[in-house]
Amino acid sequence: MARSNSRPLSPHLTIWKWGPAMAISILHRVTGNGLATVGALGLVWWLMAAATGPEAYATFIKCATSPLGYLVMIGITWAFFQHLFSGLRHFVLDMGAGYELQTNKSWSIAAMVASVLVTGFIWLYIFGKAF
Amino acid sequence: MGNGTGIGRVRGLGSARHGAHHWLAQRYTAVGNLLLVLWLIFSLLSLPGLDYDSVVLWIANPLVAVPMMLMIVSIFWHLRLGMQVMLEDYVHDKGLAFFSMLLLNFYAFGGAAAGVFAIAKIAFTGVVE
Repeated sequence: MARSNSRPLSPHLTIWKWGPAMAISILHRVTGNGLATVGALGLVWWLMAAATGPEAYATFIKCATSPLGYLVMIGITWAFFQHLFSGLRHFVLDMGAGYELQTNKSWSIAAMVASVLVTGFIWLYIFGKAF
Repeated sequence: MGNGTGIGRVRGLGSARHGAHHWLAQRYTAVGNLLLVLWLIFSLLSLPGLDYDSVVLWIANPLVAVPMMLMIVSIFWHLRLGMQVMLEDYVHDKGLAFFSMLLLNFYAFGGAAAGVFAIAKIAFTGVVE
């Protein structure tokens, strides 16, 4: 939107002290756009490879099970659960609840801890089953 | 009606009357993603293997292919809305903003079509020798 340059702007990012609510807010955007690009393309690649045939699928599996492939898949898992938990937090905020400073801070921290824990459990389960 | 700030230019004009649709669709598809992607994760974790035959035989099942197609639609609809908000916040140049919306729509519709087509092909043709 066009904006008159002579008007004052409110203080922006650089002036505030960082807190959990700010961190989870930007993480929601970062993980969302990460999933929207890397996650969605990976998912379509997997489906397209399976639809094309055994050779295309073997190529996908080779890339996915390389060290970089595992790193990306673990990253996508974390991004998904981070986005899921901060998304659930948004549903609560949408209802007008959870805005008290201490409540907001506690649930922000809880969502970030939960996403790391769930990612850890899932990949410990996968590696436990594989090796 | 003033002409200084954004709010000054629109004050008194009333609502455009389609402000809530984007917001609501973002939340409907969020619930869709919540249910369907969790279903996908639990299914993948409980499959006996993720080799070609196991995966294709599993997706070919109608009770898998249909929710998987719904998941693709929900995911690409949700990401279209979400990336739109991100681009609106960060791309200020009008021409570039228009171009980025064009690319975003191509990406969202193209990705969803590719995903749904792949699932349909697996469901209708099964394992390729």
